[in-house]
Formats: sequence, structure tokens, C-alpha cells
Amino acid sequence: MNNTILSLIVLLPLAGATLIGLTGFLNKQFRHMEKLIGIIATAAVAVPFFIILSAFLHFSSGHDGHHDAIKFSIIPWIESAGLKIGFSYHLDQLSLLMGMIVTGIGSLIHIYSIGYMHHDKGFYKFFLYLNLFIFSMLNLILGDNLAVLFLGWEGVGVCSYLLIGFWYEDMEKAKAAQKAFVANRIGDFAMIGAMFMIFGQVQSLSFADINASAGSFGDSAFWITLLLFIAATGKSAQIPLYVWLPDAMAGPTPVSALIHAATMVTSGIYLIARMHPIFSVPAAEPVLMVIACVAALTAIVAALIAVAQNDIKKVLAYSTVSQLGFMFMALGAGAYTTAIFHVMTHAFFKACLFLGSGSVIHAMDHMHTVKDPQDIRTMGGLQKYMPHTSKTFWISTLAIAGCFPLSGFFSKDEILANTFFSGFDHGSIYFAVWFVGTITAVLTAFYMTRVTYLTFNGKERFPHTSHPHESSPFMTIPLWILGILAAVGGFLGLNQAMFGHDSHILNHTWFHGLINNRDLEHTMHEHISLEWGLIILAFIISYGMVYFTYNFYKKYDIEGEIKVKKLFGKMYRPMENKFYVDEFYEKTILKPFVWAGENIVVWFDKNIIDGIVNGSASVTAAIGDVIRRMQTGYVTHYALVISIGVVILLGYLLLG
Amino acid sequence: MEPNAFMYLTVSAFMFVIGVVGVLTRRNGIVVFMCVELMLNAVNLSLITFSKMHAVAAAAGGTAADVNPAAGSMMVFFVMCVAAAEAVVGLAIVIAIFRNKLHIDINDVNILKW
Repeated sequence: MNNTILSLIVLLPLAGATLIGLTGFLNKQFRHMEKLIGIIATAAVAVPFFIILSAFLHFSSGHDGHHDAIKFSIIPWIESAGLKIGFSYHLDQLSLLMGMIVTGIGSLIHIYSIGYMHHDKGFYKFFLYLNLFIFSMLNLILGDNLAVLFLGWEGVGVCSYLLIGFWYEDMEKAKAAQKAFVANRIGDFAMIGAMFMIFGQVQSLSFADINASAGSFGDSAFWITLLLFIAATGKSAQIPLYVWLPDAMAGPTPVSALIHAATMVTSGIYLIARMHPIFSVPAAEPVLMVIACVAALTAIVAALIAVAQNDIKKVLAYSTVSQLGFMFMALGAGAYTTAIFHVMTHAFFKACLFLGSGSVIHAMDHMHTVKDPQDIRTMGGLQKYMPHTSKTFWISTLAIAGCFPLSGFFSKDEILANTFFSGFDHGSIYFAVWFVGTITAVLTAFYMTRVTYLTFNGKERFPHTSHPHESSPFMTIPLWILGILAAVGGFLGLNQAMFGHDSHILNHTWFHGLINNRDLEHTMHEHISLEWGLIILAFIISYGMVYFTYNFYKKYDIEGEIKVKKLFGKMYRPMENKFYVDEFYEKTILKPFVWAGENIVVWFDKNIIDGIVNGSASVTAAIGDVIRRMQTGYVTHYALVISIGVVILLGYLLLG
Repeated sequence: MEPNAFMYLTVSAFMFVIGVVGVLTRRNGIVVFMCVELMLNAVNLSLITFSKMHAVAAAAGGTAADVNPAAGSMMVFFVMCVAAAEAVVGLAIVIAIFRNKLHIDINDVNILKW
């Protein structure tokens, strides 16, 4: 494959965005050609998908064991003494996998959006932003140096901002967009710090150089990895910066599916997996523990909040935060490939869930009789009207709950096993992390079954003046594709204890030689019976909890909520109110900032800044008052001065 | 007595100094103007002189290769062109002043200051 074709992977989405943006801006007629815009935008993502797919086939047919990354570059960017940064990209195992997820799911969501955004007045802008997002995301995951990654990192932040605030006439949504942008900015700051520190160490920003010299980082590895993790908490919504993600649901639902579930939020996990050699040095060991603990806390807090939410998208949003917590638990246990595995399976089922919820919201909204089209309390019994949405939603729910043999079972079980076995050699804190993770898995099975049952099964709670319709094929076909992927995606990483060592294609064939997980094989072999115990536990948790919840709501329907409320007792109100985290941030961070802004900053601006500006002006005026007396207005005076100047110059030249 | 380069240059220097003194001391606009012309022509004279000197030296085969003997003469034409243009603009200004003030005393034209 040559450079030109490979460059198209990155350039086509940009070209699509430019074409749609400029034409839409200049030509009002074009804005209403929805089919044309949809086709252009989808092609701009689908073609790169097929290029990556063929690169993947080319790559994996190479000789066994040893793979060289496919490299391509577009133009040089920064070139100065010793520093060469270009728009250069590489396709190795990790980039290929992420690239296929991004462009593959991206294409499906583009198709879905053609149906979902039908008749929206910002139709062309929506696709412009989506294409721009894919462009940025591809820069993020394909770039072979930190600078290009950072470009993509910021680019997806901007696109996320634009898309969350897509319906910006609504103040709430505009505010949510701003919140996401600011929260991300905090993480970005840490990212810049990490980049500076890394550059100070290696004098290079290319991943190959950084990872090759990771061993020589010494103690600075601790700070670098900590900063990288903080950067990841911003983009990947971990405590303490996760608050933006639930609010990001203000955007159109396809956006939630694409950006805030399947792709952008996983970029923190990608970053850490990409830089894993630094995380694997001994000095970074405490950071891994921090990651595991923060992740476990995030996972359980988000899961608890999700239990008490009634907005279908809010449940999915907190579920995403919780699942991202699982991925970080895997990273914290040094199981980088496992985290990427969960990124993949999660992308399938969560994109499917979000698109399903979009389909439901679409249907509820079109009835015009429901006050809040996202409230599950006014749904129920939708499976009769929306069979496709309902079936795919159930498949994905079972997958996320971790039911064998759907994809979620394999990835989640692997994460829990890795954290559990890390407890033997790497500090018993991992046992606590595993325990919290297991509780979270129980909660996950519960709240997902709850939301799905209350939406699609049971009594119909919406007014019966009209009834909802299944969505158009534009929306249901992507749902089915994602549903099937959610079901079978786990076969890439079959459980080793159940199917033998080599059955885990991802770990033992695909990532072999590129990503080295912390070695737990030995510990696992020693405690093989414990591993079987974990598998059985996973079976019980997933099937048991889904079965229990299903029957629970079948018996009590919406009244079951009261019983749940009683079960959690005093905890329920805080859960319902998201543990008052927003209010806490408002009081401790926002208020002081606003106070400082209104008082200190205004004073500073009025006195210091304005003082400097006005001061320099009056000093200039005073000097001018004196010096301008030289300008007498007499021509002869000027001529005399010129003559004296000439004499002095001549004298200097002749005598000096 | 055959005139030589020294003589020409002396004349040129005198003319130039007369011009400078005239510009600095006279108040009549036209006279100042004429003095400027005098200075320009003094320079022209010295340029021609140097040009001739180089030509003579080149004929004797004793000058540096990168000095073009015609350069000085060429420069004179440029100066004459500029002087002609300057005369047009300058006289126009003088006439404009006269129309306003009915005299051309340049010391009275001093409002463009401070």
C-alpha cells in the first residue's frame, strides 16, 4: 500500500468536513440535500474504514510473530534543530484496532444519523462536525508522535464541545458544552506538562523513541505517568473530572454514541496503553495502584448513581463512566491489552445501547404526547412497537451485564481476574479493587436490566392517544450490526482457563511483542482453581442478577422502584442526586473562582493592568512634551541640523 | 595652465559650500531653492571629475577591474532628472506660498511644529 492511499485515511474525513462546511455555508439549497450530505459524510468515513481494513488484512497476513508497523506521512510540521515533528502516522496492532473501531462504528453512526437528524435545521453542520471529529480522532490514534496525538486530543475536545452544544439555543445544552470543554482543559494541561517532561527526558516526541528509552526514565517516570493519568481522567471521565460526561448527553444521541461512549472517551485508555512502557517501570508502580483505586471508585460511584436515574440517556452515561472505570482498573493492574479489549467490546455494546436509546427517544418524541421523551417512567412495553430496537437493546444489555458467551463476559471477567491476581504479587490493595469491581458488576447487571425492562417490557405507561413507531432502516440496520458485534466481539479474547492458552487471540497473537502486560501467567497457573472460581462467580453475577432483576420488575413493574428505594435506604437520595458532586464542585471550586473573578481580578484589572497601560501612555506624553520643542517649524533649523549631521558623519569617516 | 582634477574638485567644493550657506542663511524661498540647485550641481561636477579620473586611469591600465568609468557620468544624469523633478515641485510650493501670503519668506512658514 502506498503513501497516497494511506494518507486518504486521515485526509478524507477532513476533505468531507471542508466540502460540506464550505458548500453548506455558501449555498443555502445544499443544506437541505440531506441524502447527498449524508452520502458524502458517510463515504468520508467508510472509505478510510475499508483502507484500514485492507491494511489490517495486509498486516496480519505478514510473517508470523514479527510485525513492522505500516508507516505513512503527509507533510512535515515542525522542523528545527534536532526536533523533527511531522504529520506522520503509523498503523501497528493498537492503531489498527482502534482505527477499525473508530471508522467502523463511525460509519454506522453516520448512517444512523441520516435518519436521526432528518429535518434538523443544522443537518449539514452536524455532519461537518462529525467528519471533523473522525479526522481528529484518527490523528489521535494513528499519529506516531505525541504532538500529532495532542492535536487530535484537542481536536476531539473541540468537536465534542461543538456537538454537545449542537442545539445551542437551549441554555442548558450550551452550558453542558462549556462544562465539558473546561473539564477537559484541566486534563489537557496535565497532558502538556507530561509532554514537556517527556521531551526533557528523551529530546523527542515520537512514540518509538519514548518507548525505547522508557527504562532510563528513573524517578521522573512517576510524575510523567501521574500527569498522563490526570490527562486521561479528563478525556476518559474518571474521578475527579468525570462530571462533564453525564451532562454531555445534552448533545444529539448519535453524538453520545460515537463520542461519549465508543470513541473519544476511550482515548485516555489508548494513551496509557500506547505509553505503557513508562507505566511498567518500577517507579511508576504506585501510579498504577492509584489508577486502579481511582478507577474502582469511579466504577462503583457511577454505577450507584446509574441505579437511581430515570433518564434513559443518563443511565447509559453513568454506565459509560462506570465501564471506563473498569478499563482503568485493567490498566491499573498492568493489563493493557485487556483494557483495549474492553474498549472494543464496550464500543460495540454501548454504541448499540445509545443508538437504541436514540431510536426510543425518537419514537417517544414523535408521539408529541410525552412530556420528557427520555424518561423511562413514561415508557414501558415498547417491544411491541419497536421489535428491532428492543431485540438489539436486550442483546447489548446482556453483553454489558457480562452474560456468557456475549462479548462483555470475556472482557469484564478478564479485567476482574487481572486485578484479583495482581493482589498476590503487587500489593493486596488489588484485592479491594477486585471486590469493588465485582460489586460494580452486580450493580451493572441490575441497572441495565432495570432500564431495559422498564423501557421495552412491562405495562405501557405512555398516554395511548397515539403509539410509537419503529425507526427507519437507516437506524435499525446499524443497530443490528452493532448488536451482532456486541454478541460475538468477545471471541477475539476467549477465556484462557476455559478454552486454552492460545484461544486469546488478542493477547497471544495480535498484541504479542507490541504490548507487554504485567506478567500474571505464573500466578494464574498457581491458582488455577481460583480462576475457575472467578469464572463461576461471573456466571452467577451476570445471569443471576439479570434473572433476578427481570423477574423483580416483571412482578412489581414500576412499583419495584419503591422497593429499590427502600433497599438502599438513606443512600438512595444522594444516589438520585449524583452524590451532590456538582453541587460540591459548585461550592468549592466554582464559587471561589467567581468570587475571585468579581473581586480580585476586577481590582487587578482596574489598577494593575489599566495602570500599566495608562502609565505607559502618560510617560510617553511627558517625554514627548519636552522633546517635541525641537520641532520649531523653521526650515533653516532643520537644514542646519542636517548639515551638522553630515559634517559629523564625514568627519568620522575621514578621520575616525 | 592645463586644468587638472584638483582644480575641478576645488571649484566643486566652493560651489557646494556656497550652496549650504545660502540654504542656511537666506530667507527668500527662491534663493534657497537656487542654492539647493547649486549644491546638486557641485556634486555633479565632482562626479564627472571622478568619472574622468577613472577613465584616464583605466586607459593607462591601472584601475581596479570592478570600477566602471561610466558610473559617475550615469549618476549625473540621474541627479539632473531628480533636480528637474524637484524644481517642478519646489516652484509649485513657492507659488502656493505666495498665493497665500503674498511673499515668499520661508521663516514665516513655520506653523508645522510641535
